[in-house]
Amino acid sequence: MPSHERPLSPHLQIYRWQITSVLSILHRGTGVALAVGTLLLVYWLIAAAAGPDSFAAAQGLIGSIFGRVLLLGWTWALFYHLCNGIRHLFWDAGRGFELKTAYASGWTVVGASFALTLAAWIAGYMVRGGA
Amino acid sequence: MSDAGRALRSELGRVRGLGSAKEGVQHWWMQRLTAVALVPLLLWFVVAVVAHTGDDYAAVHGWLASPVTLGLMILLVAAAFQHAQLGLQVVIEDYIHGEGPKIALILLVKFASLLLGLAAVIALLVIAFGR
Repeated sequence: MPSHERPLSPHLQIYRWQITSVLSILHRGTGVALAVGTLLLVYWLIAAAAGPDSFAAAQGLIGSIFGRVLLLGWTWALFYHLCNGIRHLFWDAGRGFELKTAYASGWTVVGASFALTLAAWIAGYMVRGGA
Repeated sequence: MSDAGRALRSELGRVRGLGSAKEGVQHWWMQRLTAVALVPLLLWFVVAVVAHTGDDYAAVHGWLASPVTLGLMILLVAAAFQHAQLGLQVVIEDYIHGEGPKIALILLVKFASLLLGLAAVIALLVIAFGR
């Protein structure tokens, strides 16, 4: 610990929220959430490998209200991380760093993530044929 | 490197380009490589899962057992877990500052990712080839 006062950089909480920083932390957040979500995928595959009874149990769990809410959240997290990941790949190629472009691509990612989530779920319910 | 004679880094070290972590851009590159691979794999996966919404055990089992699905799923699982453990490693390195807990968590994430990925692949092989 320093024995005398030193200047500190402004704390995170005094900054005004900006879309660039919010989307940045969301990329991490969704990434961690998706890593946890792989547990569901592995469980589902093992259930399918184990036989009809365990598969039915897994489908019941995923099809419950709790399971659907989780799956909806993971669907959005997946599409968000996917779209924003492509935004990151453009940055890696040295493109899109202008503030105006970064804001526009950010809002595009937000819009695309919700649109794709909605499209996937509507398509899912249509395939299934009702609730 | 305009003034090579005064650089502290050795010529050999500079040419190798591995840096203090001794791995160069390996981590960064693998993260991007798996990211690019995951874009088409995940789009395929989401479309396929949506198309099989509400299917019974036999239909899902048959889909997972087909050679194309098996191949794409193994690629998906491998890329996803590699991508996840690289990303989680960075998150841990950024936010966990104690050296002991940091290394312990990184090891946990790496071993867990390997085990989960292996479990998923074994489940897929069992589905495709039986027990």
